[in-house]
Amino acid sequence: MTNSPANTGTVAGTVAVTGKQAAANAPKYQWGFSTDVPTEHAPKGLDENIVRYISAKTNEPEWLLKWRLRAFSRWQKMREPEWSNVNFPPINYQDAYYYAAPKRDKPKSLDEVDPKLLETYEKLGIPLHERAALAGVAVDAVFDSVSVATTFKETLRKAGVIFCPMSEAVREHPELVRKYLGSVVPPGDNKHACLNSAVFTEGSFVYVPPDTRCPMELSTYFRINAAMTGQFERTLIIADRNSYVSYLEGCTAPMRDEHQLHAAVVELVALENAEIRYATVQNWYPGDENGRGGIYNFVTKRGVCKEPNARISWTQVETGSAITWKYPSCILMGEGSSGEFHSIAMTNHRQQADTGTKMLHLAPKTRSRIISKGISSGRSRQSYRGLVRLSPKAKGARNYTQCDSLIIGGEASASTVPYIESACREASVEHEATTSRLPEDQLFYCRQRGLDAETAAALVVNGFCREVLQKLPMEFAVEADRLLRVSLEGAVG
Amino acid sequence: MTAPLLRLDDLRASVSDGHGERKQVLHGVNLTVAAGEMHVLMGPNGSGKSSLAALLAGREGCEADGGAAQMDGEDILALAPEERAARGLFLAFQYPVEIAGLSLTVFLREIYNRRREREGEAALDPMSFMRVLREEMAALSMDPALTRRAVNAGFSGGEKKRLEVLQMALLRPRLALMDETDSGLDVDALRIVSDAINRHRDGGRGFLLITHYSRLLAGLDPAPDYIHIFDGGRIVRSGGADLARRLEEHGYGALSEVA
Ligand SMILES: Nc1ncnc2c1ncn2[C@@H]1O[C@H](COP(=O)(O)OP(=O)(O)OP(=O)(O)O)[C@@H](O)[C@H]1O
Ligand SMILES: [Mg+2]
Repeated sequence: MTNSPANTGTVAGTVAVTGKQAAANAPKYQWGFSTDVPTEHAPKGLDENIVRYISAKTNEPEWLLKWRLRAFSRWQKMREPEWSNVNFPPINYQDAYYYAAPKRDKPKSLDEVDPKLLETYEKLGIPLHERAALAGVAVDAVFDSVSVATTFKETLRKAGVIFCPMSEAVREHPELVRKYLGSVVPPGDNKHACLNSAVFTEGSFVYVPPDTRCPMELSTYFRINAAMTGQFERTLIIADRNSYVSYLEGCTAPMRDEHQLHAAVVELVALENAEIRYATVQNWYPGDENGRGGIYNFVTKRGVCKEPNARISWTQVETGSAITWKYPSCILMGEGSSGEFHSIAMTNHRQQADTGTKMLHLAPKTRSRIISKGISSGRSRQSYRGLVRLSPKAKGARNYTQCDSLIIGGEASASTVPYIESACREASVEHEATTSRLPEDQLFYCRQRGLDAETAAALVVNGFCREVLQKLPMEFAVEADRLLRVSLEGAVG
Repeated sequence: MTAPLLRLDDLRASVSDGHGERKQVLHGVNLTVAAGEMHVLMGPNGSGKSSLAALLAGREGCEADGGAAQMDGEDILALAPEERAARGLFLAFQYPVEIAGLSLTVFLREIYNRRREREGEAALDPMSFMRVLREEMAALSMDPALTRRAVNAGFSGGEKKRLEVLQMALLRPRLALMDETDSGLDVDALRIVSDAINRHRDGGRGFLLITHYSRLLAGLDPAPDYIHIFDGGRIVRSGGADLARRLEEHGYGALSEVA
């Protein structure tokens, strides 16, 4: 099915210059710097002892250690998913670190956070000091395997909202964690999710109590810093009856010659009439023009609308990573519940992305809406893969799917793989798909007005993505537009 | 002596039809537009007027086969479209292009700020630009609600033409090629557009208007300096304002023979 492997080297590096920044190769990834902080690692490789090590790091209760160990033994027997349209050499799981953390006691407040870390986030455009922070956005900053700071905790606590690192949630809210962890993405779901279940460290935990509108946007910023380290965060968001929460996730990593694995799991649970909006701006290091280095982004994200009239929406802007394998999905169990998926995926050079969604309609009058915009340039490869399944119970259910692909240049590829499985006659499924090239007349119109070819392309692409960009909160829409422009550099002209 | 703003010498060009075939559309165009002058090009459908505009603006697929086109003595045919624009060339399109999804405000701000940067001025922030935009739109009696739409998306024929004039006003080009900007305008809009063109006339700027109707010309003050009749891919007759009137009376048939 595939041509020459686009990525060289193995995960977390047998390449000679491991750990050294590949800065000269890819000058345009401005988030590619690394921070020099003393780092504590678990021993290299993966076995039961590493799982125990990770669990012991945060004094986890016995039940969770057992849960991890069960996942680990299962993982050893599992095969990698092979159905996706991505290509890479076998991953050597023993050649990476599964835990890395800045060496320091856990800071109790922002004032105790290592200034170097604060500076790192400042440089990334995410000031953590509350007075300088984005108004109305609470941030959980995760650096390699640990959370370094969570802002606006007090404001949130007053509203009854829990927003904290996963390790803290395990300690402080064990009943909630135990009830919902793995309830949406069970450990055996797929090999990457299973690995995550065994070795996850951090990620955010959110609980919004009944009849509560979360007073601010919540966001987690993931940063991989250490070399040869994987990141395996696990996020769990629970919106109780009649509640609302909007959550944003951002990601960057230094430029390194080796591939690094990011295998995250995100679980969303929306109860009766609750709404969860989850947005991702994913900008992991994509590797250089020749496919050297970059993150393997193998992520399992799923939400369940457990009760009537619950609503979940996923919005993603994926511009980074060497390989993206990701299908944020919705299980629509409650009558009248709804799921949405809005996606922009942009690939350049040797990047590969296989992304899409699953909408499982298991109850009457459930609705889903899928808007996917793919832009591929350079020698990149992209697939939209989507499943819409209507069970016999899904009377009066509706789905609308629209997939548009834009191809720039002669060597990029894009494909659309929609699966529709309907066991219900009284339901409606609508699917539209287009594949096009960057329209010459639009580019000419822009260039006639004095805009260079790249800016012209960026504007046309921005227009192409409008429906999805509109779903993002203002600051993030601006950021996303900027990322699209950066990703387009060198793609036209 | 300084070189004229625009000078075309025996310009020949062909267009590709997209299927590998080429068709010659310009058969030797000679024209000089000096700064401060306004020239009008009139001619039958399919005679090559828009092709001339496309060639000058640098549209892909429209290529010179011979002759020369210079702005200020510099050959422009080898330049990218944006480089020609940077030298002050502007084309008001006969068929303005829709850019789905792209906010008109964002687009206009981008082209306006690019012009400012070229001229050594600081880019305007969104709020300040909005004030400039409101003012320019009011001068053209344009509905401010249009700024919330995508570029040319769902615009009526007349709205599209006014948007072209608006862009000319924002960019202040030294050489404006206006391809049938008067077509499809109602009487009031026609007056608004000719007034706008009048406001932009000055000793440093040149105009090449393409039109089918002398009613546009009636509203221009000062009157155009030259009328050219274009047929079969070249200028077949040139004259003063009265040529347009005679054309309206007798049609192209009687006037097209090279005098
Ligand atoms: N891309 C193309 N492919 C094929 N033929 C073309 C193409 N572009 C222009 N032509 C042809 O070239 C000739 C000149 O067209 P052009 O648009 O320049 O005419 P015009 O004088 O502007 O006409 P009108 O007054 O109708 O606007 C026409 O016969 C037209 O069909
Ligand atoms: Mg024409």
